[in-house]
This record gives sequence, C-alpha cells and structure tokens, in this order.
Amino acid sequence: MVIDSSCKSFSCLSNERLDLIKEVGNIGAGHAATALSTMFNKRIEMKVPFVNVLTFQEALEITGGPENTVVGLYLRVDGEISGNLFCLLTVEQAEKMASEMLEKQGADYTSLRDRMSVSVLKEVANIILGAFISAISDLTKLPMYPTVPSINVDMAGALISFGLIELSQASDVVLVINTSLFEAEYNQTVIDCNLLFILDNPSYEKLFHAIEVSDK
Amino acid sequence: MSEMMEIVKVGIADMNIVKSPQIIRTSGLGSCVGIVLYDEGRKIAGLVHIMLPNSSLAKSGQLNPAKFADTGIRHLAIVLSQNGARRSCLQAKIAGGAQMFKFTSGNDLIRIGNRNIEAVKMVLSSLEISIVAEDTGGSSGRTIEFNPENSLLMIRTVSQNVKYI
Repeated sequence: MVIDSSCKSFSCLSNERLDLIKEVGNIGAGHAATALSTMFNKRIEMKVPFVNVLTFQEALEITGGPENTVVGLYLRVDGEISGNLFCLLTVEQAEKMASEMLEKQGADYTSLRDRMSVSVLKEVANIILGAFISAISDLTKLPMYPTVPSINVDMAGALISFGLIELSQASDVVLVINTSLFEAEYNQTVIDCNLLFILDNPSYEKLFHAIEVSDK
Repeated sequence: MSEMMEIVKVGIADMNIVKSPQIIRTSGLGSCVGIVLYDEGRKIAGLVHIMLPNSSLAKSGQLNPAKFADTGIRHLAIVLSQNGARRSCLQAKIAGGAQMFKFTSGNDLIRIGNRNIEAVKMVLSSLEISIVAEDTGGSSGRTIEFNPENSLLMIRTVSQNVKYI
C-alpha cells in the first residue's frame, strides 16, 4: 500500500495503520454481506476492501467516473466516529433489488422513482449499512449513530462529492474504505453493491486509538 | 467539428483557463458550484469548481484557493487578467449548488449547496462581475461545458435534456 507523496493530512498513516483500517472495513463489510445474504436468501461474497488515501478527484472516479449515473444510498454517521457512508449501485442492480423485494411482498415493481421502490431500497440501505456501522461500533466500543438513509439517482461525482464536504474543510485528500458485495451465479453477477465509507478527519485518531488499545 | 475541439477538464476544487477554440468542462457538480468567468471579446474563459463558500471554514494551514468561493473566484479573475482577459470585461455564468440528499439534520453542511450559491453571488458582486446566466439549486447533479467562441454554457443533467444558457 503506497501513500501518495501529495498526502497532506494523513501523512502519519503507516502501513500497519492502513492494514488496521482495512481490517475494520473487512469486518464491517462481512456483517453487511451477511445482512444482505439473509435478506435475499442468497450466498453473498465480498471483495477484500480497498483502503487508500485519494485526492478528491480520484475519489469521484472510483465508480466509473463522476458523470456515471448511479443509485446512491446514503447515511450520515454521528457519534464518536463520524462520517459518510454510501452504498452505490448501478441502476440495473437497484431495479433488480427493488423488484425482487417487492415481489416477495406480492407487490408490482413499476419504476425506481416509485414510492414503493424508494422505500424498499431505503430499507435495504438501513440493513446493509446498519450492519456495517454496528460491526465497527462493536469492534471499537465507540458509539456510532446512523441517520435515516436517503436515496438519489444521479451522477456519481455529484453524490460522492456531497460526502467529501465535511472533510474538505480540513483536508485535500480522503481516506476511502471501498468494498464490493456480490452474488456470483452462473458467472453472472446478480447482486453487486459498492460500499464507500468516508470518515471525518478527527475520527481517524479515535478509530486507531480504539483498535490499538483493544489489540493489546 | 466538435471532435476536433480540445476539451480542458477541471476537477473538483480545481481551476483552469482556455482560449477559443478550446472548450472547458467539469463533471458531476452536486452541491459544488462551477463558476465560469469570461471575456467575450477576447474569447478567453476560466472555470473554477468550488466546494465550500468561504476560506474561513478551512481548518488546516495549507490552502487550496480553488476549493472556496471567495479565494477561487478572486484567484481565477487574476489568472485571467494575467493571460490577456480585460478585468473590466469579465462576465460570469454559474451552475450547481444542488441539494443531493434530503433529510433532517441539524448539520449546517446539509444546505451547503445554497450557501455556496449565496457566497458565489456575493463574491461576484463585490468584484463587480455581472452574472449573465445561471442554473443553480434543485436536486440534480450537473456536468457543464463552456465554449469561449460563442460564450455558451452547456448543462447536462441525468433526468433532463442538454441545455445551453
């Protein structure tokens, strides 16, 4: 793992600390995968989290470019560890998830902007992102309070940049925890979602402190 | 014809300038605001993609002027003057400042889009640069592209057709 030489605020990040963050991401994503698996009654796999320090522009590029249309499920996390958590889906993925969930309830899927679809996807976000947050909160023993999720279908850059605003007051780079949950069936990915956790600046030290203490 | 035009891309918290026949663009504006300053006669234009309203919000020593409305617009005006634009002829077109997510929270930064637009307008008025056209607010992301040849700003959103202001 290489820290870019332009890294300003996170220059203190050693490889050990990046590995620790990766482990935090792993645990969070593992719980999110279990939640997703239970919800859809399918076997869900996850990729090893990508953890790195990126420039803002690089952060906007991670889901196929800033202009790429995605479905963004977002929630704000407050508490001892605060930040912005996204679940980003392609439009097709979100449509599949919404229709599958609605079918289970005996309802018909009409469109992604339909009230029922929005409500179903918010619930998916609540469960996946909630599992992610509570796993990290349990690990660090630090309280974290997620808000109710919001949803928007728009350009990836426009959605992700919203999550960078808080951090941008203190930094020109961002530490990104990014992972994918997916269901591979007949060589075809059926469910695929991108989790993106952007922590506020003061939260890093608290996070390191909590894990390093609990390690000893 | 359009394939032959050179497009200069501006990233987030970034700025650049172009001269005709070059075109300048920035992608995926959400709560951020894209400010184009241009000298119509000299066919020279600059674009800054700001994230925050005021550099007093900065919490670290090192300052990237293009991140803030106040420092970004002033800096862009200076760079344009140094590159052949007439300061007194500068005009502005602005776009962005959307509210990407709706929910209730006490956090001021939730309404950052509106605050960015207000700050941009205040800075432009203090510099006596008039706003010729704007496409601001709402809840949609925008990609914008300015052509100094005809001084038109193209705006693309996900849900609506491309428009020119």
